Amino acid sequence: MDISRRKFLGCMAAAALGTTTGATGLAHAASGKEFTGYPDSFGVLHDSTRCIGCRKCEQACNQVNNLDPPDKPFDDLSVLDDRRRTDETVYTVVNKFADNVFAKIQCNHCQEPACASACFVKALYKDKTGAVVYDESLCVGCRYCMVACPFNIPAFTYFDPLTPKITKCTMCLPLIQEGKLPGCVDICPKEALTFGRRADLIKMARQRIAKNPGQYVDHIYGEHEMGGTAWLYLSGIPFNEIGMREDLGTTSAPELTAGPLAAVPIVVGLWPVFLTGVWAINKRKEKIAEQEQAAAVQAAEEQAAQEKTKALEALQQKLTKEKETAIAAEVKKALDEAEEKARQAAAPDDTTTDTDTAADTLPDDSGKQEE
Amino acid sequence: MSQETPIARKQYFTPFNVITGVILVIGLVLTVLRFTKGIGAVTNLDNNNPWGLWIGFDLLCGVALAAGGYMTSSACYIFGLKKYHSAVRPAILTAFLGYALVVFALHYDVGRPWRLPYPIFWSQGTSSLLFEVGLCVFLYLTVLFIEWTPAAFEWLGFKKIRGVVVRLTLVLTIFGVVLSTLHQSSLGALFMIAPSKLHPLWYSGYLHVYFFISSMFAGLSMVIFEGTLAHRWLHHKMDDTHLAESDGVVLGFGRAASFIMMGYVGIKIIGMAVDNEWHYLTTGWGAWFLVELVGFVLLPAILFSMGAREKNLTFIRVAAVWAVLGIVLNRLNVSLIAFNWHLPAADRYVPSIMEVGTTIFIVTLGVVVYRFIALKMPILHEHPDYKEAH
Repeated sequence: MDISRRKFLGCMAAAALGTTTGATGLAHAASGKEFTGYPDSFGVLHDSTRCIGCRKCEQACNQVNNLDPPDKPFDDLSVLDDRRRTDETVYTVVNKFADNVFAKIQCNHCQEPACASACFVKALYKDKTGAVVYDESLCVGCRYCMVACPFNIPAFTYFDPLTPKITKCTMCLPLIQEGKLPGCVDICPKEALTFGRRADLIKMARQRIAKNPGQYVDHIYGEHEMGGTAWLYLSGIPFNEIGMREDLGTTSAPELTAGPLAAVPIVVGLWPVFLTGVWAINKRKEKIAEQEQAAAVQAAEEQAAQEKTKALEALQQKLTKEKETAIAAEVKKALDEAEEKARQAAAPDDTTTDTDTAADTLPDDSGKQEE
Repeated sequence: MSQETPIARKQYFTPFNVITGVILVIGLVLTVLRFTKGIGAVTNLDNNNPWGLWIGFDLLCGVALAAGGYMTSSACYIFGLKKYHSAVRPAILTAFLGYALVVFALHYDVGRPWRLPYPIFWSQGTSSLLFEVGLCVFLYLTVLFIEWTPAAFEWLGFKKIRGVVVRLTLVLTIFGVVLSTLHQSSLGALFMIAPSKLHPLWYSGYLHVYFFISSMFAGLSMVIFEGTLAHRWLHHKMDDTHLAESDGVVLGFGRAASFIMMGYVGIKIIGMAVDNEWHYLTTGWGAWFLVELVGFVLLPAILFSMGAREKNLTFIRVAAVWAVLGIVLNRLNVSLIAFNWHLPAADRYVPSIMEVGTTIFIVTLGVVVYRFIALKMPILHEHPDYKEAH
């Protein structure tokens, strides 16, 4: 059989493209719903038991993406002695682990990408083909995608002063759209990389594990990690021994942030109601306090006025009474004196001087009292 | 004339002016470097550590410490605590300057700063918490600016338009609280997308709640702290009302901060219990976590409450500085220190001297602008023409 399995799958994939790339993909907005991936989207299966660390994939990646040539040539395998990661000049890297086990890293093209979920300008999105695509024309360069990526894949051109950008594996989307294979898959001499529909690749991986007892760890890395990835991995030794974290969990990034995002509309809806209510309660309290104060002042004033009137009345009454008593006394006195006078007139001889004095004083006194 | 010149020169070359002058010149040099050689030339950021001091301090601490604006204005205008009225204007001004500087600092940190309006006007990534932060900060900066304009209008003598803005006070205050709730919490929620990178003691499903609640006492403490500084340097600009009310502000805010901090300690413990993280407390990270939670939240909270009970202003002022340091420690822990904790020591981030220099430059810029405005405009005192108008 001339045609290899990987090439066959590649052709199948290319044939399916007409239907899948028609619609442009959108970043999956955070919601409570589970997203199981675009139907018929592609992926790559990396069987690390087959990888020989030849770095051919790195070379192909460099050429396909027109990257700067590296300091050391791709056939210099001493590079493998250092643990490396992707950066702005390298989109894929092969690392060497104990017992000459090799593993390739690049963007895993997550089913629900943390980077796309984190991007606040939609410069990253999940394409229907399965590729996570970066649009430089929108990127602000905030680097939140790098913070969000659980695999530490996106890199940034830190030394570009004015137009820095994010760099990462594109899954060779332009080649896929032409019906070709990604550069690294195409060049791999050991078929350690297989391109195809993700669903098919998972079946293939299961078969490999089942057909080769003891050769593989019974786990397809990427089937469920962080909600699943388009790139899938098989390994003969535990994944954390080939530099892959086993503690990522299966929760996708949008789910992780769905809670606080869901709180936004509720805060917007409820806070103004609550705060206006508090304001209104305080306003009313103030108003009532003011009214009560005014009422208290008024009551006090009224009471004071009443008391004053009462006191005045009492005083007036007292004065009137006194006046009446005095008048009565004077009248009585005058009557008495008149009586006396009359009596003296009746007997005029002995008391002339006395009556004169009395007659002098009487008019004066009565005049004073009348005033 | 010849006699006036030395006096003018003497006033010009005060120690304050000389030091700020030097810092501003260094800042300009760093600015040129940043925009000619790139972010990589002035920072220690790399592909594993995409966010550094400029995000951890300038953005996260800047926004948290500017929370005094919404705390003070809501206390006065919504919760009816009129006795804090004289504290509103300085708090609004510092909040406005704080946010303005946060946005200014972002121009250094993001790759293409002129695209900062993109998320709001061009391509909205609504699934991102950073979008929420960006939108709210943009709107809140506008709100704070409008809230601050009456001071400028009084200074300029624009009576009519001042009256219009003053009538909007309640709406603006409520809008400010809504926006603050959203972006203060979202800054914490930013890190919820990376549970594999942030240490479990700091990572929590309640991270957004923690950030919001802690922003409350950050704002209160900062108002007290700024008040202390203003009394030291701008005492002559304060009127009798401000001076008479300021002790009450310190006592009241100190008491409130103490309450909220105790509640914060409570929900942090609940968060630990929910995720069952007790066993981490015996590790080195656990000790560091306790330094933050006990040493920089619980202890200042106790000092706040002692100061409030015994009416000891010094206690409260010390506690305020302590609490502010605690907020800074918390934000740096979440964004830098406990972030990427699993990376080998060689791959960890330590800010470069130029990053620190840029941050000092931006803070200094804020102090200079605040001082200018507080000296010129009716911030710490009421304008004589508008005494009855509030």
